[in-house]
Amino acid sequence: MRRETLLNVAVLLGLLVVPLWAWASDAPFIITLATKVVILAIAGIGLNLALGLGGLVSLGHAAFFGVGGYAMGILASHAQSYTPLMEWPLLIEGTKSMPVIWLLAAVTGALAALVIGALSLRTTGVYFIMITLAFGQMFYYFAISWPAYGGEDGLPIYVRNGFPGLDTLDPIQYFALCFGVMCLVLLFVARLAASAFGLALSGARQNAERVQAVGLVPYRLYLVAFTLSGAITGLSGALYADLNRFVSPTMFSWQMSGEIMIFVILGGVGRLFGPVVGATLFIVLEHLLGGISEFWHIYLGALLLIVVLFARGGLIGLLAGREVAHD
Amino acid sequence: MTDPILDVRGISKSFGALKASNDVSLDLREGEIHALIGPNGAGKSTLIQQIAGGLRPDEGTIWFGGTDITAESTVERARRGLGRTFQISSLAMEYSVLQNVMLGALGRRGGAFRFFSPVMKDKALLDEAHDALAQVGLEDFASSITAELSHGQRRQLEVAVALTLSPRVFLMDEPMAGLGTEGSHRLMNFLGTLRQRAPVLLVEHDMDAVFYLADRISVLVYGKVIATGTADEIRANKDVRAAYLGEEEDA
Amino acid sequence: MSIILLVEQVLNGLQFGVMLFLMAAGLTLIFGVMGLINLAHGSLYMIGAFAAAATAAATGSFVLALMASLVAAAAAGALVELTVIRRLYDRDHLDQVLATFALILIFSEGTRWIFGSFPLFLEVPDYLSGSVTLPGGIEYPRYRLTIIMIGLAIAAGLFALIAKTRLGIQIRAGESDREMIGALGVNIARLYTLVFALGAALAGFAGALIGAIQSVQVGMGEPVLILAFVVIVIGGIGSIKGALVGAILVGLTDTLGGFLLPHLFATFMDASAAMSVGSALAAMSIYILMAGVLLVRPTGLFGGK
Repeated sequence: MRRETLLNVAVLLGLLVVPLWAWASDAPFIITLATKVVILAIAGIGLNLALGLGGLVSLGHAAFFGVGGYAMGILASHAQSYTPLMEWPLLIEGTKSMPVIWLLAAVTGALAALVIGALSLRTTGVYFIMITLAFGQMFYYFAISWPAYGGEDGLPIYVRNGFPGLDTLDPIQYFALCFGVMCLVLLFVARLAASAFGLALSGARQNAERVQAVGLVPYRLYLVAFTLSGAITGLSGALYADLNRFVSPTMFSWQMSGEIMIFVILGGVGRLFGPVVGATLFIVLEHLLGGISEFWHIYLGALLLIVVLFARGGLIGLLAGREVAHD
Repeated sequence: MTDPILDVRGISKSFGALKASNDVSLDLREGEIHALIGPNGAGKSTLIQQIAGGLRPDEGTIWFGGTDITAESTVERARRGLGRTFQISSLAMEYSVLQNVMLGALGRRGGAFRFFSPVMKDKALLDEAHDALAQVGLEDFASSITAELSHGQRRQLEVAVALTLSPRVFLMDEPMAGLGTEGSHRLMNFLGTLRQRAPVLLVEHDMDAVFYLADRISVLVYGKVIATGTADEIRANKDVRAAYLGEEEDA
Repeated sequence: MSIILLVEQVLNGLQFGVMLFLMAAGLTLIFGVMGLINLAHGSLYMIGAFAAAATAAATGSFVLALMASLVAAAAAGALVELTVIRRLYDRDHLDQVLATFALILIFSEGTRWIFGSFPLFLEVPDYLSGSVTLPGGIEYPRYRLTIIMIGLAIAAGLFALIAKTRLGIQIRAGESDREMIGALGVNIARLYTLVFALGAALAGFAGALIGAIQSVQVGMGEPVLILAFVVIVIGGIGSIKGALVGAILVGLTDTLGGFLLPHLFATFMDASAAMSVGSALAAMSIYILMAGVLLVRPTGLFGGK
């Protein structure tokens, strides 16, 4: 087995063992932290699909994260107040069922990404970065100024949504659920990367001219990748909202976009498990450094600067060597 | 005489005051190698880009297999069967050699929107890819990373990718540039056999290769085609001699 | 809705626009000359505001406060250029984004460390407070009018700098051909530091001027930074003229949108619904403007190919 594969297995096992140990020793806080890692990792996996495979430097992924969160918030708030979402032309009720919510979060995330992507992919380079950042901010301000679902104050959901056969309020069960979702998403992205689409997409990232010369359209490849990426990040937004039982405009903030990108970078861009490692590192740092100093973002900033200037492969790059999988 | 498959009719392209292409007409017929030569700055790259679709001519039309393709994009032209190799190797550098040819084979088959079956296990595509590599003599390097190839090997890979497209026309921009003597001889022999599969429009600096290979030669000077003919006709042409000798006097 | 109110809103839009221009001009210069996308530009805006607030508190002089904002932001700009930014010129945009994002974290938390989390206030001096009566009997705050004039004066100065001076020639040469200016014997490293410090000073100055209207606090720079990005996308990257036109368009759209849209919706909806729909749409108006520009001219109104 390659070192990276070994490392990936170790990471998965570690993410599974720590919460189980916490469960056995009755430390629900640790389980919640692990759940947060898993959910944020999914958001990062979504971005990594656009960024790592497609080379699309999106600084607006908080938009999809937030859209997923609000999809959950809106559906659940209507369910908890027993008011329909819409009565005409067809009756739409709220729901507290996770599978339905997940589906809708992924679909709305994908739709948002499709629209934003269709516009921003008309440009490249710095334009793309600035535009995705700006559209993310648009969602942020919209959420603040739209009073129906809490506006600036956000929207609390009193009881966590349900999943058939599980007690989702039990931390370890919710963790297991999120962990399962993450594994499915990883599997999906791994298959995608090895597919014809993955070959063409990553080819377009490396050399768009070459891809055009063999008769493929980079714009369409990018747009599909961006849309799928939005769907995954949207899904993680719904999970995150359910973890906190709260949605607020901060899910849309530019800091959130930046953090999702940090997960990807700290772990290693384009590595399947990069966002998982990155999110783990981020949450551990937040927890450890946050305990030492209220101003732990300074250390995070310094670390990020060091990684960017001196260790471009991220943590996986340091541990597994430079080689990236080729087939 | 058959109709030309590629027919460039009176195209002009200016950049400000510079006329990079000035009423250029040339055609390419089945079974031939048509070489385009000219001193540096004659407008060969501009012409190639207009034929490939990267630049739109100001005037004139380009016909491919009887269709006017002047307004079509690079991608549309590639799909019609215009197989291009680039002057400066344009490959996916992180990919293995095999992955690069697979990309070509995938482009030819279409259907890049298949999301689940592993492409590197697709038997049909793999056969095409390995076949193309074997033809250019790169079969032993299938798993090498493209960035680590020598300059000459990258040129060979360019040609292999074009082969996977099974194009109706090859558009080759200086395929021998930077190749050693042995490398250019191998490629020269290979190009000689290629014309049976599809005609080649060849831009090349290596005059030995051009005069050995080409059925017809067009000479481009200051954006104008000053002569088109067989190797012997071009050798004897006074304007051509003036253009080339004139340039040598300058240098 | 009266005409006087409308004129006042137009002036507010103009005032917002010229401040956005100060931000966008620096960003677009830095991108044009060095090819760098700088997310930390908002931090320089914040540094200017804090320097001004601290100086005003210590000396009581608004003029000194403004000068302090210029000096502090330019110095901070030169410092990060020398230590971090110059390692990024040859890197791809992703690295630039990440490193400058890291700088935001460091600057923001550092400022919070030094000044605490509570906002500071910068008082408008007496001679600039109150209002003036404009032709037509419009009362308008003296300070905002001053900002408009200062902003326009700086814009004019910047155009003159680029059109007429040696530095301007070097900047324009740098935008078209980087190797060329090296060949001409210009000290590129010094030019880059200078351009970066100039952009930083403009941002810091804007931060100080706005700091007297709003509160001075950590995180004040990034919303403005993002709006400045919208300005650049609309105006076209690397173009100072585009930055000016884009900034004024964005300033007017934002201010007038927030003012007119609720009125517009009130003509066919009940007042409270009109208020909420109108203000939500107004919050999106500049981004819709940006989307419109992208559809018609993906490289911006004054952008090249």
